[in-house]
Amino acid sequence: MEDLLREYLPVLVFLGMATALGAVLILAAVILGPTNPDPEKLSAYECGFNAFDDARMKFDVRFYLVAILFIIFDLEIAFLFPWAVTFKGMTDVSFWSMMVFLAVLTIGFAYEWKKGALEWE
Amino acid sequence: MAEFLATPLGIFVLIFAQVLAIIAFVMISLLFLVWGDRKIWAAVQMRKGPNIVGAYGLLQSVADALKYVVKEVVVPAGADKPLFFLAPMVAFVMSMLTWAVLPFNDGWVLADMNVAVLYVFAIGGLEVYGVIIGGWASNSKYPFLGAMRSAAQMISYEVSIGLILIGVIISTGSLNFSDIVRAQDGNYGFFSWYWLPHFPMVFLFFISSLAETNRPPFDLPEAESELVAGFMVEYSATVYLLYMAGEYIAIFMMCGLISVLFFGGWLSPIPGLPDGVLWMFGKMVFFFFIFAMVKAITPRYRYDQLMRIGWKVFLPLSLAWVVIVSFLAHFGAFGGAYARWAIGG
Repeated sequence: MEDLLREYLPVLVFLGMATALGAVLILAAVILGPTNPDPEKLSAYECGFNAFDDARMKFDVRFYLVAILFIIFDLEIAFLFPWAVTFKGMTDVSFWSMMVFLAVLTIGFAYEWKKGALEWE
Repeated sequence: MAEFLATPLGIFVLIFAQVLAIIAFVMISLLFLVWGDRKIWAAVQMRKGPNIVGAYGLLQSVADALKYVVKEVVVPAGADKPLFFLAPMVAFVMSMLTWAVLPFNDGWVLADMNVAVLYVFAIGGLEVYGVIIGGWASNSKYPFLGAMRSAAQMISYEVSIGLILIGVIISTGSLNFSDIVRAQDGNYGFFSWYWLPHFPMVFLFFISSLAETNRPPFDLPEAESELVAGFMVEYSATVYLLYMAGEYIAIFMMCGLISVLFFGGWLSPIPGLPDGVLWMFGKMVFFFFIFAMVKAITPRYRYDQLMRIGWKVFLPLSLAWVVIVSFLAHFGAFGGAYARWAIGG
C-alpha cells in the first residue's frame, strides 16, 4: 500500500494541479478578455459564406477502418508488453508461442494489405 | 525537517513541491522553446525572427502569453459548450501528465513507477481525445475534418511507437525509465547506449514522434491550404493556447523520451566525465533543435502518403524489428548487446 501510494499519488496530485492550471488559464481569459459577441462572429467558420448543412456529417469509412486496425495492433502491443518484461527468465515454450502469435498476426496483416484495407487515395 | 517529511502531511507537501517544480520547469522551458522554434525557423529562411521584446526577442513568448489572456473567448453558436472547453483541457493535461514519470537524473523522478513506459503509452494515447472532442464540439466543418484526419494520423503512428518500445523493453527487461537508462550505462559511454543496437528504430521513433505530435512535415491537421487550422479553427484566446501548449509539451516530452530510450538519459557520452542532469537537458534541447530543423527544411506530406508510410512501411518494419530483437536477445547474440539484463549492465 505504501509503495502504491508513493508511485501513484504524485500522478494524482499532478493531474489535479495540471487541471487547475488549465482552468485558471481559461478563466483568466474569460474574466480579463472582452466579450462582445455578434451573430457573425459566433457562426461557424466556413471560408466567408454562411454555413450550410450540419457539420456533423457523413465521413469516409476509411477512418473507421483505420480505427479498427489500430485496435487490433494496439491490443497486440498490450499482449507484447508483459511478454517483453518477463523476457529474462523466458522458456523456449513461451518464446516460440509468442512467435507463433506474431506469425498469425502477420498473416492477418498480409491479408489486409492484399485486400486493400491500407490503400488511401 | 526529515521527521516532518516522513509524516503523511510531509509526504504530501513534498509531492506537491515536486509537482510544482516540474510544472514550472515545463512551462518556463515552453516559453523559450517556442521562441527557439521560431528563431531557428527564421534563421533557416534568412529572416530575423522575433527580435523586439527583450534581448534577442527572448521575452516574445511572455508577451504572446499575456496577449492570449486578454483576448476574447469566442464560442461558436452551435458548439457543445462543456465539450468545447473540455477538449483543450484534455489535450493540455494529458501531455503534461506524461512528465510525471520522466527521470531527469538518477533518482530524480516524480513517480518512480514500474510500469512507466506503459503509463506514457496510455496517457499519450488519451491525447487523441483532446483532438477528436475539440473537432466534434466545434460543430463546424473544418474542425470536424481536421479532427478526423488528426486522430487517424495519431493512432496510426502510435502503433509503430508501441512496437519500437517493445524492442527496448526486451533489451532491458523493465518498464521503468530509470532502469532503461541504467541498462545503457557501460564502459564505452556514447557507444554503450541503445541507439547503436537499435539503430534503425531511432529514426523510425523520431519520425513517428513527428507524426504523433502533428509536427511538420506531418502537420496535416493544420494544412492551412486545405483545412485552415484543423481542429483548432474555432478556438481563440487561452483555450487555443492550451492546445498549442499541449502540443509543444508533447513535443518536448518526445525529445525526453528519445534521450531516455536511445541516448542514455542523464549518462555522460564520454567515459570519465560525471553523469548528471545537465546531460539530460542538453540531449532534450538538442533533439528539440532537430525537431525545429525538420520543421524548417521539409515540405509537407500528402495525407495518403502519410497513411501509406505509417501502415505499409513503419508498421512492418517495427514489427519485424521486434521479432529480430527477440531472437537476438533470446539467443544472446553480439555478446548480449540486446539482452542487457543478461550481462548485468
